[in-house]
Amino acid sequence: MTAPSVSNYVSPIPVRRATLADALASEWTKIRSLRSTMWTMGIMVLLVFGVGSLIAMAAGAAGDDVGNNASALGFAVFGVLLSIICVITLGVLTMSSEYNTGMIRTTLTACPNRGRVLAAKAIVFFLLVFVIMLVSTTLVAMVDTAMIRGNGLVETTGPMWLKATFGVSLYVALLGLLALAVGTLIRHSAGAIAAMLGLMLLPMIMAAFMVADSLTDLREFLLEYSIPTMLFTIYVTPSSGSGPEGWDAVFVMAGVAAVALGGAYAALRSRDA
Amino acid sequence: MIEAVGLTKRYGAKTAVHNLSFQVRPGVVTGFLGPNGSGKSTTMRMIVGLDRPTSGQVTIGGLPYAQLPNAPRQVGALLDAKAVHGGRSARLHLLSLAQLAGIPARRVDEVLGVVGLQGVAGKRSKGFSLGMGQRLGIAAALLGDPQVLLFDEPVNGLDPEGILWVRNLMKQLAAEGRTVFVSSHLMSEMALTADHLIVIGRGQLLADMSVQDFIAANSAGFARVRTPDTEPEGREKLTAALVEAGGQVLSEPDGALRVTGVPLPRISDLAHDADVRLWELSPHQASLEEAYMRMTQAAVDYRSTADQRAGLWQAPGPYAQAPGYGHGMPPQGWAQPAPENPYPALPGEQPNPYAQQAAVPAAPAEAPAAPAAPPAAPAAAPADLTKRDSEDAR
Repeated sequence: MTAPSVSNYVSPIPVRRATLADALASEWTKIRSLRSTMWTMGIMVLLVFGVGSLIAMAAGAAGDDVGNNASALGFAVFGVLLSIICVITLGVLTMSSEYNTGMIRTTLTACPNRGRVLAAKAIVFFLLVFVIMLVSTTLVAMVDTAMIRGNGLVETTGPMWLKATFGVSLYVALLGLLALAVGTLIRHSAGAIAAMLGLMLLPMIMAAFMVADSLTDLREFLLEYSIPTMLFTIYVTPSSGSGPEGWDAVFVMAGVAAVALGGAYAALRSRDA
Repeated sequence: MIEAVGLTKRYGAKTAVHNLSFQVRPGVVTGFLGPNGSGKSTTMRMIVGLDRPTSGQVTIGGLPYAQLPNAPRQVGALLDAKAVHGGRSARLHLLSLAQLAGIPARRVDEVLGVVGLQGVAGKRSKGFSLGMGQRLGIAAALLGDPQVLLFDEPVNGLDPEGILWVRNLMKQLAAEGRTVFVSSHLMSEMALTADHLIVIGRGQLLADMSVQDFIAANSAGFARVRTPDTEPEGREKLTAALVEAGGQVLSEPDGALRVTGVPLPRISDLAHDADVRLWELSPHQASLEEAYMRMTQAAVDYRSTADQRAGLWQAPGPYAQAPGYGHGMPPQGWAQPAPENPYPALPGEQPNPYAQQAAVPAAPAEAPAAPAAPPAAPAAAPADLTKRDSEDAR
């Protein structure tokens, strides 16, 4: 059979190889063109800044002694804790919405290199959350430290500022990556969001029921390494002396997110879209 | 050029595609036909690497899809018009796909113009009609100006004007030297668009030939014979004579006979010998649609049964005498195929197991909608390459 070559038609548009940079541009277009991004990121900023400064304002008005080697920066933690829900939601949706709408088939047809698609999504989402979080936490840190002095709080130092802004933003953005990986694995928005909320709350609830002596170690572990507790330890060094402290929480979360993304990559590669 | 070799896909115990080998050549429109669930979409998904074949392989220009230097620049695919995120505007949807393949952004507005969606480019695709969605999908396929184009059911949901447009677009793309592979379950549509046909049923290749060859090979002719209505015994005499001469005789609803296996002059001679007058003796050609239906009849997965409404029948009342609207009066006219089997087996063909069961023994109601009616072609497929005649079930 005379097999004619594929080049019977030649496009006038020059062909070049697609790269990760192209995929990043594409994912940026995708994430900025959806309302869910505006909603989740908008509410995230509102929670971090609004709740963080309101609590500081209330504490300042009450004038009680907070103690416990906390600084004024620590008041931001409640807003950040709530905003995690927004980050989880957007992280899951970034991947699972492609599955729910069928868009993933169009995406993977346009870019058969599945690893590149996942990498581009993860990088764009991570940077988006990190930058917005960094701006919000810096703002709320400035407001909080300006609003309250005294109250038995320790003086803020440079490393404390770094942890409360850069460190916390890293922690939350990495947690978002974990959500993105879970969204890739579960492929269903509601299911993946529920799984992430369970992951966040279940350890503390389980620990509350572990009263037996033989389970003490496990209970301690669950409490110390639960997602909310680790967030607190970035702001305030725990008095117990065990468990993660300082930057440990960020490193732990980076490790967990890396493992989850590895699993997500393996699943994305092997499954039919 | 698309080349599949021994392509097989199994989902658990179900085999969607079995040992499929074919080639799709550039310069012509190749139609990919088969009933619902015959494996067309699965095959298309395997071509673009979304599904991994259980065995066998499919290549484009000699390379598997995933190994093409820049796949969307070589292959454009419309697999599912609904595979878009409805919250994104048409322009940004296309822009994200263009960026993914390193295609210049101005190309987005070009393809929006080609498919006629410039006016709604800024609207979220959630609000698009089925036809607009198809146009957006076609725009995405054209984005990379590729040499190979795949379209899965591109005319679904399009209005008559849109169908005509797609038909001309396919032909034009093929005329430019591209490989165009279009799936459809409508033979009538393919007869107008395609030059070459690949027909599958239950995941297996049924035919791979040009449209002309397909017609020649599959549409057998028959003769319509009518004896005077006033002399029913003449009809029986002629039937007996024809069967004796090796012909196959079926009766049509208006009392005429459909004869295969006996040439026209011989029918005339037989009638003369039997001393039966004829009111009609005419040659007929089966349509392409019918040829296709006959070919895929055994391979149809989803078959409707008569709606019996069991248990819903009331005790016989005053109206019970008229179970059907047209009871006892089957619709007259040329357009009605024989009700017991609209697609009779041709001489030398295997008797079709489904065809027999289709002859429902006195269904409770000869309901207004005949069960297992052949799928109606869209109203917008008017003229046909083949001569449409009494066979046409529409």
